[in-house]
Amino acid sequence: MAALWLARASSQLARRAARRLPARHGSGEPTSPWFLGVVPPPALGSPAVEKSRRGFCSVRRFAGESSAAAAVDEEPENGFVASDQQAVDFPGGKVSFVAEMNFLPDSMKERINCYRVLDDDGRTISGSRFQEVSKELALKMYTEMVTLQIMDTIFYEAQRQGRISFYLTSNGEEAINIASAAALGMDDIVLPQYREPGVLLWRGFTLQEFANQCFGNKLDYGKGRQMPIHYGSNRLNYFTVSSPIATQLPHAVGAAYSLKMDKKDACAITYFGDGGTSEGDFHAALNFAAVMEAPVIFFCRNNGWAISTPTTEQFRSDGVVIRGQAYGIRGIRVDGNDALAVYSAVHAAREMAITEGRPILVEALTYRVGHHSTSDDSTKYRPVDEIEHWRTERDPISRYRKWVQGNDWWSDAEESELRSRVRKELLQAIQAAERMPKPPVTELFTDVYDKIPSNLREQEQFLRDTIMKHPADYPTDVPV
Amino acid sequence: MTTAFSLRAAAPATAPCAGVRSTSAARVVPVSAAPAGRGRMVARAAVAAKADAPSSAVAGKSDGHEVLLFEALREALIEEMKLDPTVCVFGEDVGHYGGSYKVTKGLADMFGDLRVLDTPIAENSFTGMGVGAGMKGLRPVVEGMNMGFLLLAYNQISNNCGMLHYTSGGQFKIPVVIRGPGGVGRQLGAEHSQRLESYFQSIPGLQMVACSTPYNAKGLMKAAIRSENPVVLFEHVLLYNLKEKIPDEEYVLCLEEAEMVRPGVHVTILTYSRMRYHVMQAAKTLVNKGYDPEVIDIRSLKPFDLHTIGNSIKKTHRVLIVEECMRTGGIGASLRSAIIDNFWDYLDAPIMCLSSQDVPTPYAATLEDATVVQPAQIVAAVEQICQ
Repeated sequence: MAALWLARASSQLARRAARRLPARHGSGEPTSPWFLGVVPPPALGSPAVEKSRRGFCSVRRFAGESSAAAAVDEEPENGFVASDQQAVDFPGGKVSFVAEMNFLPDSMKERINCYRVLDDDGRTISGSRFQEVSKELALKMYTEMVTLQIMDTIFYEAQRQGRISFYLTSNGEEAINIASAAALGMDDIVLPQYREPGVLLWRGFTLQEFANQCFGNKLDYGKGRQMPIHYGSNRLNYFTVSSPIATQLPHAVGAAYSLKMDKKDACAITYFGDGGTSEGDFHAALNFAAVMEAPVIFFCRNNGWAISTPTTEQFRSDGVVIRGQAYGIRGIRVDGNDALAVYSAVHAAREMAITEGRPILVEALTYRVGHHSTSDDSTKYRPVDEIEHWRTERDPISRYRKWVQGNDWWSDAEESELRSRVRKELLQAIQAAERMPKPPVTELFTDVYDKIPSNLREQEQFLRDTIMKHPADYPTDVPV
Repeated sequence: MTTAFSLRAAAPATAPCAGVRSTSAARVVPVSAAPAGRGRMVARAAVAAKADAPSSAVAGKSDGHEVLLFEALREALIEEMKLDPTVCVFGEDVGHYGGSYKVTKGLADMFGDLRVLDTPIAENSFTGMGVGAGMKGLRPVVEGMNMGFLLLAYNQISNNCGMLHYTSGGQFKIPVVIRGPGGVGRQLGAEHSQRLESYFQSIPGLQMVACSTPYNAKGLMKAAIRSENPVVLFEHVLLYNLKEKIPDEEYVLCLEEAEMVRPGVHVTILTYSRMRYHVMQAAKTLVNKGYDPEVIDIRSLKPFDLHTIGNSIKKTHRVLIVEECMRTGGIGASLRSAIIDNFWDYLDAPIMCLSSQDVPTPYAATLEDATVVQPAQIVAAVEQICQ
């Protein structure tokens, strides 16, 4: 019963999507093959329609024109209504009656399948379909994954040595970080949670820039105002990390809204963990994005743990992808440790988001190999051998490396050269960042507003006077 | 005597918006027609300190037109949305319904339902959406159907709106306007009678203004939209139908400026929003009793216009604050503290503050009236201060 429902849903999705594609995509061409389940050949008889059909309800399109013109009252699709049953109008559309009392089950008989391209040994699974990558792109993805891993190791060590106050790693999620970034364009807006520095790395943030932020020195773009790992770059379209969980999801809808207003060929993408899906902002943002038809990719890194809370204690649904449908959002579950699968899924999601003006939910299954952060010791709440298993046998980098080496694109010699070069560069960046002075005291008061108001000027003067009077009580290396 | 720690010396020597050209003869300065964009030259109408003239309404040559307060707000929105295509509106029922208080009536027809966006019911979400859109260069005006509902958006307002310009090192700015009706209405119940200015006042990075007349409502709304900082504009449920004649020419007011409502010499009464009207009613009685109170509508709740306030205190030496906030942690509490810090030597009497009690606003009309400061109390307080 459930399987039938799912198949019908997928065909309905396909038909709906087919109708909504603009005419320039040509007639007779099959739509993107990235749908749940089997894709029947779409019926492209009717021309592209501006009016939206969502199956159950007549809907006003946010076309930007007057609502009177855009509002349409139309027959909803006959997805679930058999022609001989009675159907009645309620607000929201026609529903058909049924004499038997049937509660929808709390879960499907089977979990939603997970899209994967590479097997555990780094060989492409036969019959798999994925977005092809050039050798150049494939190698860039690989080297950046390695760089991210080394960066995490060295910064983590630096924290342990007391050189920076805090750090958190993306161990085990390198494929998610780099492969998703590789599928995006520079105009796409990235709204991270905090475990996605790889996306910024891909876009061109240098190791020195990362180090400057972690040390909070005067070259930090954040001017020393945020904890380590709270990177941000307007230039690279990467919104500054804000610590509270999931607050970036509504921001992403707003950013996508601005892209929609400008009719830009770009989307917003926002990342969050399994824990973040419990926040109110998650539900509200997904609902909004669906109603506003905003081009956002909601990328969930389901890594199994929210600090010490496992997913079994976080939600009772079949992970996160299943929730997409509840909001009317298309979704996919993907193997987050499979770089090619992540790349392909995000590539397709981006295309759908932009051309169809809709949000997409991507759930990447993975494992948080590292501790939550340097303030956490995860061996307290999970077995050490489980962590080891994921760190070694399920490592996304070695799996992808096997594929790259299998294509004769990479060698062991290049591997050791890369690793030692990156390591050296990082150590130099850290040394330089450590030696760079901290921001002056003036920067405590700037940027609270666009111009310093008088009360803050007052407070600054008071602080300066205090420091002048009691220099021994204040650090000597901070310029006043 | 000024020592390094004398805080008195730190009170602003110049008036807010002092660098801006204004004339005292014509209260309104026309804005030069400039292309939409950030760097427009805006001449602001200074609020005249003329002796008898009430500082709102039209005194100049042009005729002006009569509007209700909510219409003045709408006029401001329409003008700004025409001038600047990045200005947009988010909120519940703002589009086709025209807004619960009709502030956005007709805007969706004029600008489309993408620019005047009806949102699902999730204040945290549409405020967050405003933050995200602002960071990408738009200028959203976020409407809370009632200010009290914006408590749901407190996280976004505090942790993101107020903070992200600072924590991003100035890379991203959040030029949002957050507005909505608040204050004690007519038997709307406790949840719909919140005074959020007391909750928001300590959020760094935010600016807060409260409008009280059609004239300042329009001017402040325009100023708030043009500001690069996040601004919370407090409207009052009971003031939407106030009628006044406002200038036909375009004008923008200064966000940080207080308004001299009635110059006087015996006592400085500081108030804002609806309480201004209770104070003016009490002023009639006080005048009959021989007092000459100076009434200032502080308008700018964060930061305070200590220049105007200070000049007044230096003249009268007595201060009465009349507010609708609760006693504890309200605007009056902060204002008192700021006055003591800056103008202690000028005071001849302790600062008095009349506020609502620390109780949820009751529904029953008699009880509700008892929680709001009434003119009789204001008269009694002035008599006590001036003893």
